[in-house]
Amino acid sequence: MLHMMEKAFLGSPVREAAKLAFANVSRRRFLQGSAAGFAVAAFATTAEGFARYKTGGDAMSNGLRYDPHIFVSIDADGTVTIVAHRSEMGTGSRTSLPMVLADEMGADWGMVKIVQAEGDEEKYGNQDTDGSRSMRHHIQSMRQMGASVRHMLANAAAEMWGVDASSVSVGVHEVTGGGRKAGFGELAEAAMKQPVPEFEALSFRDESEFRYIGKGNIGITDLHDITTGKAVYGADVMLPGMKVAAVARPPVVGAEAKSYDASAAMAVPGVEHVVPLPASIMPAKFAPLGGVAVVASNTDAAIKGRDALEIQWGDSPHGGYTSESYMEEMRATAKQPGQVFRAEGDAAAAFAGAAKTFAQEYSQAHMAHAMMEPPVAVASVADGKCEIWAPVQSPFGARGDVAAALEMEVADVRVNVTLLGGGFGRKSKCDFVIEAAMLSKKLGMPVKVQWTREDDIRHSFYHTASVERIEVALDGDNKVTGWRHNSVAPSILSTFAPDSGHQFFIESGMGHVDIPFEIPNLSVENGKAMAHTRIGWFRSVSNIPRAWAVQSFASELAAELGRDDLEVMLELIGSDRKLDPPKQGFPENFWDYGEVYDEYPIDTMRLKNVLRLAAEKGGWGKQMPAGEGLGLAVHRSFVTYVATCAHVKIVDGKITVPEMHMVVDCGFAANPERIRSQMEGSAVQGMTIALYSGVTFEDGAAVQSNYHDYQMVRSDNFPEKVHTHIVPHPFSVHASGVGEPGVPPVAPAIANAIFHATGKRIRDLPMGDTV
Amino acid sequence: MASVTINGEARMLDGPDDTVLLWALRDMAGLTGTKYGCGAGLCGACTVHVDGKAEKSCMMTVGDVAGKAVTTIEGLSADGDHPVQVAWREMHVPQCGFCQTGQIMQAASLLAENPKPTDREILDGMADNICRCGCYERIVSAVRLASTGV
Repeated sequence: MLHMMEKAFLGSPVREAAKLAFANVSRRRFLQGSAAGFAVAAFATTAEGFARYKTGGDAMSNGLRYDPHIFVSIDADGTVTIVAHRSEMGTGSRTSLPMVLADEMGADWGMVKIVQAEGDEEKYGNQDTDGSRSMRHHIQSMRQMGASVRHMLANAAAEMWGVDASSVSVGVHEVTGGGRKAGFGELAEAAMKQPVPEFEALSFRDESEFRYIGKGNIGITDLHDITTGKAVYGADVMLPGMKVAAVARPPVVGAEAKSYDASAAMAVPGVEHVVPLPASIMPAKFAPLGGVAVVASNTDAAIKGRDALEIQWGDSPHGGYTSESYMEEMRATAKQPGQVFRAEGDAAAAFAGAAKTFAQEYSQAHMAHAMMEPPVAVASVADGKCEIWAPVQSPFGARGDVAAALEMEVADVRVNVTLLGGGFGRKSKCDFVIEAAMLSKKLGMPVKVQWTREDDIRHSFYHTASVERIEVALDGDNKVTGWRHNSVAPSILSTFAPDSGHQFFIESGMGHVDIPFEIPNLSVENGKAMAHTRIGWFRSVSNIPRAWAVQSFASELAAELGRDDLEVMLELIGSDRKLDPPKQGFPENFWDYGEVYDEYPIDTMRLKNVLRLAAEKGGWGKQMPAGEGLGLAVHRSFVTYVATCAHVKIVDGKITVPEMHMVVDCGFAANPERIRSQMEGSAVQGMTIALYSGVTFEDGAAVQSNYHDYQMVRSDNFPEKVHTHIVPHPFSVHASGVGEPGVPPVAPAIANAIFHATGKRIRDLPMGDTV
Repeated sequence: MASVTINGEARMLDGPDDTVLLWALRDMAGLTGTKYGCGAGLCGACTVHVDGKAEKSCMMTVGDVAGKAVTTIEGLSADGDHPVQVAWREMHVPQCGFCQTGQIMQAASLLAENPKPTDREILDGMADNICRCGCYERIVSAVRLASTGV
């Protein structure tokens, strides 16, 4: 087992991916983080009741931590305090990870208090909350730390009572043995002085003993505070002497304020300062866009003052960015051969010898995240130190970026993480935090920077815009013999490095090169597209346009051949197997979401299983009334498998979705209740993506600005009944995440259902709310 | 400056009468349970009650509520035990939670005006409030639960 794991990790594709993932990590951290991670894998893979498996968590910057002293403390009154080190943006990880630890430990959930970690990866390990990784990477360390504390409590009791540790047992929040009994509180001090047991010396709970893990029987820890208005989000932080800033940012990335007139702004009661901020040019990572800040005694005055500024903006190299012509350029590019990322068999020969070919193009516009809480941050710079309070997905990343922007040591910056009013990837990018830090430093007082909704939609790190062209070669029996998929979309990498115009391995790993179809000849290609705005990751990332294209195409191919969607989709996936990336022409740097491939292989059996289940639960094949239809789609992303069956009903030309089935296979289901909430939310967000989500550009500037022209699905028309079906697995089937994988299959399932309801095929997102 | 009753307490709100009520509540009265989401009356995150009726506080000024009674989430119930709040917890509605106080204020107003709404009335009555996480199905269930106790 050990050798297989070592081999899997050190074998070529994964190793290359890991190397690239390490690229931004200092050598010192690389050695620390990876050495700790490898040591665990190298010296212990099993303890009683627990077979450890390797995850990509060790390869993340600063890796994982297994020391319970970092995460757990017990008060004399029995209160168990557990640190939540990942950011809470709605997935429930702030509850679910401590829940895992508490259950393994034996703690009574009613006695558990959760505290949020500040941004400190050297202490807590990786805190970068994205990639659907929290449960996937941390479930094992949480169980290990819980088991460690349980042993330490037992050992402390045994010592105190002068009995053998084996005669002591740990119940719920109490330890018994030799006719005696003690609560966790009584044992706390002695227990936490016990040595932390080695992994091999631990015994783990049998799954049948779990009280919370896998049960879905506890509410999120912030439930009461959220429903009473006491929960603290970014803007709710108020400091003595704090000022509030609103910033006028350049409408086109890279433009500078040539001149501005602040007199009207200064005339607004409450406005105290007008401060220019330097412009950034791409690639700028997460640097602020620059502009002019209006600083006031309150938010109302800051926004009114900002709106009263008169600014002459200079030119930008991106002033010619106009979506309509850009999409046409991408369509033209998609029709040409692209750079080949994956070649299996001989696609050219398959197409040359085809009895017939069939091609279609699918497009998607840019999207802004539009989380309900727009970007906001509070900074206080004083005495050579900076303290931040902000809703950030990557608190340690923000800490480093603020330190760099302020030319301070990382040690002199502190980042406190509030609750996030949604994140969806936007709050991974800390431009808004840097703005607050720069203003606080300049003015010598605490400053809150509040983004308006218009700021959020006009100055996002946008989900890419894309054209995906798919073409198949068919033989005389209408069997698919060749597959060519050209993906054209400006890359996220353009925000970090000079733009090559090509996508990088993380984007191509998301439903592009990893196409799970059993077709002998494949050519997976990428055409060039230069970025003219800030491109960033949005929940599910490139999986959205890929699932949109591939799953729509599969349904179109079925229609073209006069066959059933389900039958064609299953046939394309083919036999039960695990894909073999090196043998199947995958690129050397193939990225399986940062995981060791053999631990999380692309398993067509699981993929077909969720698809079949969605079809069965949704009643696929039944006769539908006129104007109604079912649509299927299936996609693997973030090593989780999700299939959707959407029921669409056209009412007076309006698209409605009375019912949707979401089938999810995420390995072991640690918190089924929050898995269901993520699937319900994915159905809604997926429908919003399908119907409404489009940010377009004219002359370099975003056209849309608020919820009137960047609409959201609302309670008067949403997937009204979402049935979530979770494929059950034991703990040994590695848990994966659910924050993102529910989204990609939703839009194509809706479009496929619309086709079956109306005969109309939709290929461009957003599609609008009528047909 | 305006005299306003907030959560049953007479308060003087400093600043110009055209101050947006939302920001006056948050920055001046310190009641941060009311949230900013759009500033344009489009999302409902800032919903409060003015003389018992749901209003978007981002679309009102301090002057508009002079002499009136404003209720925020902090004043909806003494211990967070308004039937809507209880139902919200029972149904485990929130994900990120940011829009939820506005949703709860909207639901409380809806039920005050129409204690036994039909499903269609709930769907339409909650349509001014956006939830980006997509908790609508549970929101509707919670409103139904609060209205019927089942």
